[in-house]
Amino acid sequence: MFRANIFRFELRRHLRSALWWSLGVVAIHLVYLPFFKTFAENAAVLEESLKRFPKAFLEAFGMGRISMATVLGFCTLIFLLVQIVLAIQAARYGVALVSREESERTADFLMTKPVSRRAIINSKLAAALVALLATQAVLWVSTFAGWAAFSAGYEYDKGRLALLLSSALPFQLFFLAVGLAVSQAVRLVRNATPYALGLGLGAYALGAFSDIGGEVKLEWLTPFKYFDAASLVLNGYEMRYLVLDLVIVAVALVFGYWRYLRRDIPTVT
Amino acid sequence: MNIIETEGLTKYYGKVRGIEDVTLAVEEGEIFGFIGPNGAGKTTTIRTLLGLLFPTRGRARIFGKDVVRHGPEIRRDIGYLPSEVFFYEGMKVRDLLQYAASFYPGDHTQRIRELAEYMELDLNRRVDELSYGNKKKVGIVLGLIHRPKLLFLDEPTLGLDPLMQRRFFDLIQRENRENGVTVFFSSHILSEVQRLCHRVAIIREGRIVEISDIRTLQKNSYKKVTVTAPDLTPKVFQLPGVADLRVEDGTLRFYFKGDINEVLGRLAALQVQDVTIEDPTLEEIFMHYYA
Repeated sequence: MFRANIFRFELRRHLRSALWWSLGVVAIHLVYLPFFKTFAENAAVLEESLKRFPKAFLEAFGMGRISMATVLGFCTLIFLLVQIVLAIQAARYGVALVSREESERTADFLMTKPVSRRAIINSKLAAALVALLATQAVLWVSTFAGWAAFSAGYEYDKGRLALLLSSALPFQLFFLAVGLAVSQAVRLVRNATPYALGLGLGAYALGAFSDIGGEVKLEWLTPFKYFDAASLVLNGYEMRYLVLDLVIVAVALVFGYWRYLRRDIPTVT
Repeated sequence: MNIIETEGLTKYYGKVRGIEDVTLAVEEGEIFGFIGPNGAGKTTTIRTLLGLLFPTRGRARIFGKDVVRHGPEIRRDIGYLPSEVFFYEGMKVRDLLQYAASFYPGDHTQRIRELAEYMELDLNRRVDELSYGNKKKVGIVLGLIHRPKLLFLDEPTLGLDPLMQRRFFDLIQRENRENGVTVFFSSHILSEVQRLCHRVAIIREGRIVEISDIRTLQKNSYKKVTVTAPDLTPKVFQLPGVADLRVEDGTLRFYFKGDINEVLGRLAALQVQDVTIEDPTLEEIFMHYYA
């Protein structure tokens, strides 16, 4: 039910892309971290000026509940951007996971080999997961190394920071699994990018602007809410959200597998 | 022993007909032609046998095993050359072939080298830089790397130059004769089917209309008669069994099914300048099925 040769082949294809996504994560840190010192030194002015913004606006950017003048507070600001990058990456891997063979017309090559579809999807999923974990490893290193260099002597709880970073795993699993499910719900994915952007940015918007929307609460549908940086830093994981995330991952995977194992592979033209 | 057996194999794409009630048997060691125009269901049949499509009704067995339930096991001994070949971009031909070979037990380096040499294929090129014909060659090598017992060829000669076509046919015939490889050969080019195949099935609008030995098909049906004589009128050959009668510059052409002596009797009464009685080409038989 697992083929090492498919896994290796897919991993090689993923690692190049994972490198670019990782560079994105590093770049976000490099752009934002140097501003921390100024923020921290002018805490009073900052708080004052933030008060003038509407509450909904601050919510949309994950600000307002925790002081941006602290390391962890500033971290939540960076983490939201990182989450957007991680969401699009994972969604892209999920959407393209098996549909890529059809859009790039290599499905015939792969699927006429003596392998079961279950082995194909297992091996591909494993390779995508390793590429995501590699990106997360870069996130851990760049976060901790970045703060070692740019904390300007301000103290912070490393345990809380680690907890925040650990949320990247269930967060990305959500987009990987839902991306796969979406790709198997449609007839043919010609290009994974619009789907990935739609999923990643859509989930972000759902979390960020749900307050503005009024009565209808759709935020329980988005991992941007489940793993909201400020809540994680202040209160840790919220169990019902973590469970909900994992349940959606499981349901999406079961659906994706179920469809893929019964799918007619269309002739390429 | 039958290598391929289908019973009432039917495939619908939603409400669109793919194939309907296809029943056929391909014996071990034969080159089986599968002919019909585009859209008749040739590719649908092959893709169902390969496990790329799931049948709507009916059953298919290869090597005695059900194609839906034992796909991976069956495909160990199947080679497939699709009509259009696509590969992972950015790979060298050599790496692509090695990746393909890694799905089968054993070391295939030597085999890859031999096949590439025979087809004059440069292993160091990148697959995306290859011409259509060269891609096809890669496809041919891919289909044969693992010494399959059964080979599916779907319109295989499309895009190959005549020299390579010939070399390809020689290769297929050699695999068939020397290694006993069974070949399922789908095509709409009848001359190549005629040249290569032992038996043919004719498929039309998703249904098999005829399965027959290629010689029987040519002999038992029609004779093609051409007569040149002065003062020739079509009336002379108004016989039961005559079809498609035409006069052109004093030459009369028609197809005849029945006792050829009746035609000879009519001919004897004429002052004939030239006459030929021959087996029609598969092309002509084919026209008959589609008329």
